[in-house]
Amino acid sequence: MTDKWALFIDVAKCHNCRNCYVACKDEHVGNAYPGYAAPQPRHGHDWIAISTRERGEAPMVDVAHLPTMCNQCENAPCVAASTDGAVYRRDDGIVMIDPDKARGKREIVDSCPYGAIWWNDEERLPQKWIFDAHLIDRGWKEPRCVQACPTAAMTSAKLDDAALAARVANEGWEVLHPEFGTRPRVYYRHLYRYVACFVGGTLVAQANGVDDCVAGATVEIRRDGSVVASAKSDDFGEFKVDGLGEGSGTYEMVVRASGYRDARTAVTLGASRYLGVLRLERA
Amino acid sequence: MKVALALKAAEWAMNLTAARYPAFAARLAERARVVQLRMRDPAGPARHYAFGAARVRSAAGLHAEPDVALTFKDEDVAWRIFKPGAKRADAVNFAKNFSVEVTGDDELACWFTETLSLMRSVRWKTGVDAGHGETRYVNATNGGPVFVYVKDGKIVRTTPIDFDEHDPHSWSIEARGQVFSPPRRTTTTAHTLASKSMVDSKDRLLTPMRRVDFDPNGERNCANRGKSGYVPISWDEALDIVVSEIRRVKRVHGHGAIMNSHSSHHTWGNIGCYVSAFNRFMNAIGYTKMVINPDSWEGWYWGATHHYGYSMRLGAAEPYGMLDDCLQQAELIVFWSSDPESTGGSYGAFEGTLRRMFARDVGIEMVHIDPHLNYTASLLGGKWIPIVPGTDPALAHAIAHVWMTEGLYDKAYVAERTTGFDKYRDYVLGAEDGVPKSPEWQEPETGVPAHTVRALARKWGTRRTYLGAGGKGTAFGGACRSATGTQWARAMVCLMAMQGLGKPGINFGNLQYGAPIDYNFYFPGYGEGGLSGDVETTGAAVQLYQRQPQLPSMNVVSQRITRNRIAEAILDGETHGHPIDPKSVNGQFMRFHYPAPGHSRVRMMYKYGGSHFGTVQESNRLAEAYRSSELEFVVNQSIWHEGESKFADVILPACTNFERWDIGEWTVAGGYSHHNNGQLNHRVISIQHKCVEPLGESRSDYQIFLSIMHRLGLGTYYSEGMTELDWCRAQFEASDLPGRVSWEEFLKKGYFVVPPEDTAKTPQPVAMRWFAEGRRKDVPEPHPLPAGYGTTFREGLQTMSGKIEFEPSSLKMFDDPGRPPVNRYIPSWEGRGTTGLYERYPLQLITPHPRYSFHTHTDGKDTFINDVEDHRVLVDGYYYWVARMNPRDAGARGVAHHDLVRLHNDRGSVICAAALTERLPPGVVQAYASSAVYDPIGEPGRSPDRGGCVNTLAPTRWQTEQTSASAPNSCLIEIEKWNGERS
Repeated sequence: MTDKWALFIDVAKCHNCRNCYVACKDEHVGNAYPGYAAPQPRHGHDWIAISTRERGEAPMVDVAHLPTMCNQCENAPCVAASTDGAVYRRDDGIVMIDPDKARGKREIVDSCPYGAIWWNDEERLPQKWIFDAHLIDRGWKEPRCVQACPTAAMTSAKLDDAALAARVANEGWEVLHPEFGTRPRVYYRHLYRYVACFVGGTLVAQANGVDDCVAGATVEIRRDGSVVASAKSDDFGEFKVDGLGEGSGTYEMVVRASGYRDARTAVTLGASRYLGVLRLERA
Repeated sequence: MKVALALKAAEWAMNLTAARYPAFAARLAERARVVQLRMRDPAGPARHYAFGAARVRSAAGLHAEPDVALTFKDEDVAWRIFKPGAKRADAVNFAKNFSVEVTGDDELACWFTETLSLMRSVRWKTGVDAGHGETRYVNATNGGPVFVYVKDGKIVRTTPIDFDEHDPHSWSIEARGQVFSPPRRTTTTAHTLASKSMVDSKDRLLTPMRRVDFDPNGERNCANRGKSGYVPISWDEALDIVVSEIRRVKRVHGHGAIMNSHSSHHTWGNIGCYVSAFNRFMNAIGYTKMVINPDSWEGWYWGATHHYGYSMRLGAAEPYGMLDDCLQQAELIVFWSSDPESTGGSYGAFEGTLRRMFARDVGIEMVHIDPHLNYTASLLGGKWIPIVPGTDPALAHAIAHVWMTEGLYDKAYVAERTTGFDKYRDYVLGAEDGVPKSPEWQEPETGVPAHTVRALARKWGTRRTYLGAGGKGTAFGGACRSATGTQWARAMVCLMAMQGLGKPGINFGNLQYGAPIDYNFYFPGYGEGGLSGDVETTGAAVQLYQRQPQLPSMNVVSQRITRNRIAEAILDGETHGHPIDPKSVNGQFMRFHYPAPGHSRVRMMYKYGGSHFGTVQESNRLAEAYRSSELEFVVNQSIWHEGESKFADVILPACTNFERWDIGEWTVAGGYSHHNNGQLNHRVISIQHKCVEPLGESRSDYQIFLSIMHRLGLGTYYSEGMTELDWCRAQFEASDLPGRVSWEEFLKKGYFVVPPEDTAKTPQPVAMRWFAEGRRKDVPEPHPLPAGYGTTFREGLQTMSGKIEFEPSSLKMFDDPGRPPVNRYIPSWEGRGTTGLYERYPLQLITPHPRYSFHTHTDGKDTFINDVEDHRVLVDGYYYWVARMNPRDAGARGVAHHDLVRLHNDRGSVICAAALTERLPPGVVQAYASSAVYDPIGEPGRSPDRGGCVNTLAPTRWQTEQTSASAPNSCLIEIEKWNGERS
């Protein structure tokens, strides 16, 4: 079985340093790689793009960044949409747009459900991130985005199908929009940071005439009587119940802390919510 | 006899080289000139050399009319200069005592010595063949060293440096059952990876230019600076104007009439840096020095030093050994106004990032105190405590209050290692003024709930805690740059003194510094002055001056202008400042005045490098100053046409570091940041290859200065007959590199990695451990100076008592109401309590150092960085600077995401693109400092700037009256949606 390239992106490790984004521009703007890619326009193309999602509000906010690029799909709609082999998949899994044959073929841009193909007006070419195939063919061990990533949020590997499947299963990797059915080879982890919601708050109680944070409380998010998710409050009295669905409706929240009365409240989730300070009463 | 032979041999050597290297033959043919070498005694050996063809011809004896003559005192002197293995120190010493003299054409004399030097350098190989027609060079930047791949004279790409099997092993640290070892490569920043787009920017200056309505012999039209356009002129014309103005201004106005001006940073490299080539050049002219403030260190220099010393570091703490100690011992890291993920320590790219992630993953808890959920906080997580800007010292006192009332501090340490605690305790507990500085006391001021403060204080007081205060762990940015900056930095030292600063797991730091590298291996930092030869204003005196023989340079003018008062100096003709004095704590009190007694006002400015419009407060003043006829001539030497270059009379186009030779070690600043490489995973020293030829007619800074020096007859003095590559070699020879790597190998491969310490065999001292344990100082820093110790040499601190002083002796000897000896909370003079102003301008603007650009160097210019949406936003075809604000503040003003907005107050207006974010609580606006673009939409200095120089809005007021500490983060503004001119 032939080894094929795959890219792995840990959303929890990306902090939007933009090294991958700029490295891709550096590699392609002003540079022609005959047989691989025509030059990228100086501005306007984000072959590697990064979008950002903030959740919550001060003082409980987290931020996730989602790098996206050509998914090097095994079942690539762009390959299917092209004629004359203008788009093809190499034996090592890298999907290529032939910079000569694809000229003038705008439909290739439209074929990508992920929006990862860009139209170069000047060259009249569809273009996208090519996994730095031209460098890989020169013996590079990884694409430039991986080389430049300071947090190891991005890693690459050349694996056979069995090894890839094992890794995906063991390490909890997933793809964007599996429902598209394109079988991407760009995998993500900790996507909940980008797509899921949390309910958070700060637990406080009176002690010796002043407010103190309540640590170690258990906060349960329930629906229909059963616990959907739970978390414990920390030394700042803060709890964050994560992994809930956006717009998933109304839950019951139950706070239990030893020495205090249970507190119950209804929480309705659109986006993530920080409920502010919740006061517990002594039992 | 041997001298006569040597003189003859010179001809042979040149012609042999010319036969082998066509480039050298072409060099010989460049000039039809005669150079004479002779002894002072006319009867001594003499030979003259006729150039102008592919081979040099020489003849013994004296020439009647040589163009240049080098005259040696006698044969002994000549032999010691020419003999094989001659020492450069000998030649320099002979020059210093006039045993060898040069007469005749200055430029030709340099050409001759450079030609002799080229005999060696023409043989050297540079760069590595990367295949596919590409050569892999090395260069270095403010965001790390890089491989530079070049093909057909153009840069193809810049990448991090992947180490090979010949490079030394990496260190590792075992902590909590895990092992951390850094990746086998350098980290880098986005702005460094965008280098290619800076080199080929459409804003590059490719020819010298003259303002279209500037006539040095007629109407100067000074008021049109910033408005009028430019016409290209030849180098000869440009240099002639500059030289004649230098001569005229000195002749007409006299001592001190010429001033310099430059930014705090430059393109990387010890030779090209402003501390080097520019410094030597200005010294050779004589000038009123623009004094850099301890910008970014403000509160630490003007505040913290009084409690614990460290004036050499401008108040920052020792940076040694903390990486092992923190990872192995600490239980909590408090990041207070500390965002190393945005500023990379200083120049340190992302070297600390994986360490911090490792620390989090092995269970070290983290807290982030910052008005902004900065990138360090959002990456690492932990408790975010948003605080009202400028109120940080109130929070600090409340933390101390909890510790005092609950006994959560190190009483033995306080008793043995500090003085004056009783006074501070009386203040905090309210014994002094009846007001306990409790968590409840601070809540209305800081916006931090009392329960959060108590939780933080208890957590901190019961765990071994590192305090990362500022971007570097101590100092650099944030809260130290506000009206209360001195109070905050002072409070940070006092808090750490209460917790036992220096004990295991208890120190300043944010895992950016203190890596187990080799601190003894010497390579000069740029702050040591490169080729400047200046021991007065650089760090050269420590080591470089003895290691790199050269002619000294000194400024003959004593007059100074502090950077933030350039406009006042020009417009009002009167101002004052306080100095940076790394030698002592008390030196900062020595106020200086402008004009200095018996000195001229400034009439000419030589501006060099990065723009102040984006970096100095209330910069509309600068536009006014530029347009004043008090300033008769402005020359601006710049790589790009941006910012201040648009206010010059003559512009000299410089090239980037990729187009000239240089040398440097990553992050190594030297001077104030001694051992700045402590933040690196691997010490990387690199030659900075001249990767491509200078674009257009641009020249290296060194070449530009040398051209002017030639016209003033100072070329041989300025260059000492050396090329830039010769100076790189001199730096190499001055360092500990010889013996570890040959010059030829270094030049070819391009970099050298210094092997790390074997800390298993020889453990490194940890910062302040010696102090905590009452031992002699054992960290490798040359400070305090022998006379600077409070008590005994190498024992104790720089304070009078040698201990940490809660009530500093130095402040008791000086009267500054803004810095009372006991660090009392004095609310900001521009904050939420500023009645009258806050009602009109209810938003607080903070302006941290930028994340995606470095200073002004990598912003604007049509680079790839412009496309980073968190840096600039493209609206209607224009890249606007980003102003971040809470959605509630935006909603109240009808502002949507990426709408154009006008940020304004009485000082000016700046048009930005709004970015709505929950990372800021309501009431706070964040926009990075250091826009390179100043683009007023109307009258310069009097109309909104759409370039993004948000510091236009920041106050010029000093933090306290008796300092020169700027306070850009104390800034009240209002924001409105901008529907104005957008073209």
